[in-house]
Amino acid sequence: MIEARGLTKFYGDFPAIEDVSFAAEPGEVIGFLGPNGAGKTTTMRIITGFTPPTAGTAVVAGHDVQEEPLDARASIGYLPETVPLYTDMTVREYLHYMGELRGMSKPRIRARVDDVFELCRLEEYTDSLVSKLSKGYRQRVGIAQAILHEPPVLVLDEPTIGIDPRQVVETRQIIRGLGGDHTVILSTHILPEVSMVCDRVLIIHEGRIVVMDTAERLSARLGGVSRVVMDVRGPRDQIQRALAAVDGVAEVTLSDAGGRQQFVVECAPSRDIRVELARAVADQGWGLVELRAMGLSLEEIFLRLTTEDEETAA
Amino acid sequence: MNVRTIRTIWLRELRSYANSPNAWVIAAIFLGLTGLAFALSVTGRYPEATIRGFLFGPIGPMGAFFLTILIAPALTMRLLAEEQKLGTMELLLTAPVRDIEIVLGKYLAALTILTGMYSLTIYFPLQLFFFGSPDVIPLLTGYVVLFLVGAVAVAVGMLGSALTANQIVSAIFSLAILLVLWLFSATAALGDPDHAWTDVVTFLAMSEHVRDMAFGVFDTRDIIYFLSLVVFFLFLTVRAVETRRWR
Repeated sequence: MIEARGLTKFYGDFPAIEDVSFAAEPGEVIGFLGPNGAGKTTTMRIITGFTPPTAGTAVVAGHDVQEEPLDARASIGYLPETVPLYTDMTVREYLHYMGELRGMSKPRIRARVDDVFELCRLEEYTDSLVSKLSKGYRQRVGIAQAILHEPPVLVLDEPTIGIDPRQVVETRQIIRGLGGDHTVILSTHILPEVSMVCDRVLIIHEGRIVVMDTAERLSARLGGVSRVVMDVRGPRDQIQRALAAVDGVAEVTLSDAGGRQQFVVECAPSRDIRVELARAVADQGWGLVELRAMGLSLEEIFLRLTTEDEETAA
Repeated sequence: MNVRTIRTIWLRELRSYANSPNAWVIAAIFLGLTGLAFALSVTGRYPEATIRGFLFGPIGPMGAFFLTILIAPALTMRLLAEEQKLGTMELLLTAPVRDIEIVLGKYLAALTILTGMYSLTIYFPLQLFFFGSPDVIPLLTGYVVLFLVGAVAVAVGMLGSALTANQIVSAIFSLAILLVLWLFSATAALGDPDHAWTDVVTFLAMSEHVRDMAFGVFDTRDIIYFLSLVVFFLFLTVRAVETRRWR
């Protein structure tokens, strides 16, 4: 549905993105993850045909965005980072205008406007001036215009930024509900959002794709069982020493959580040593209350990937 | 080019003009000053049954030609600059719409408003018919050339609006270009009359191309001059919108 090949964009001598390639299947929700300035917006602007790439091609719904710009754009619904609204129009007028610009017929616009009012929970504000709406509702109007013409592809640039937590949850539900019918690309720098909403994660750092995978596999691939939390009853120092002596353990730290002795065992990546750890405790006759593997959170994966990158660069 | 898209943008801009006070204030100033100019020209010591007083004014800034140059940038400054400021430009440029359709829709909206103001002055020539017996031809050609000046002024205003997100900068830029275009002939008059450049500068001046038609002489060269200016500035505007994509 979306295919990007070797997208590169230079602003002067500064490369905003370099050699970005990926493909999105129909119905997939893909999350672009990266710090501010990583190149998320630039990539999206190329896909939507707003900015031409310096090199590379993007094909949307079978249309090259450079060669057949009108056909490609017609198959995209786009929510830019700053929600673009005409403040002098009512929500209904605005949506009608956007529908007409996209060549929809009058009856279809009327039917669809009512649909998106319901879908984006805008029923109470249909005839309010856009300038009177709160940030969260403006965001919804932005999403409403993006899905109005039922495009096969949706590009949402930071759809949940700057709105209150309750609205964030609702907005995520709306987006989650859009996957399946639409191929969705969304960008964010909020890590939990990606695992909540997206099928696949694409991490961009300094203009390059660092990794692309599902959130679960990403954490498995990178971490393996990298960290084990153990709750053990017994002499604290001896336990710590015994655990540290197990082959493959890098570090053992102790955290007292609510009077319990919790040992956090850092292991060498991609080696499962839970059996060895359990045996080490059982052999001494200490009480093993809990043993739990902790995968890396997305935050940690993200940090690990981006800092590794800098280390190799240096 | 898709006529329906142009019409959609044209209608939106017309509604936007109607909803904001700008166009109404500008229309009031235009009608007030040209009305005064017309009244002075038909009640003065040498009254004549023409609209030349309305077109040229007793002093430039009171006549319809020069006023058009002053008000056109104020009418057009919002058109593209505001889209850039609101970020809606990104929406327009990613909609299945050609750049030229955006430019033409907005251009025609501003020209429609300006033409509306011109048509509200129709009671000047009607009074001439009521109180005297004016020549019909100079009245018609006078209005035609006024419309052409307006068409150029709005095209220049579009360019100014496309170049910046700041409406004030846009208006000043367009005004500067229009003043130069209008006043070229005055600079030529100061120079060496035999120099080749004097002819060029005189030819480029708008004020030189309004005179014949204002007096009832219909010359296709003048028409072509104005239409080429319109095409030239609209072409530059489309280009300027295109470069927005690169920034």
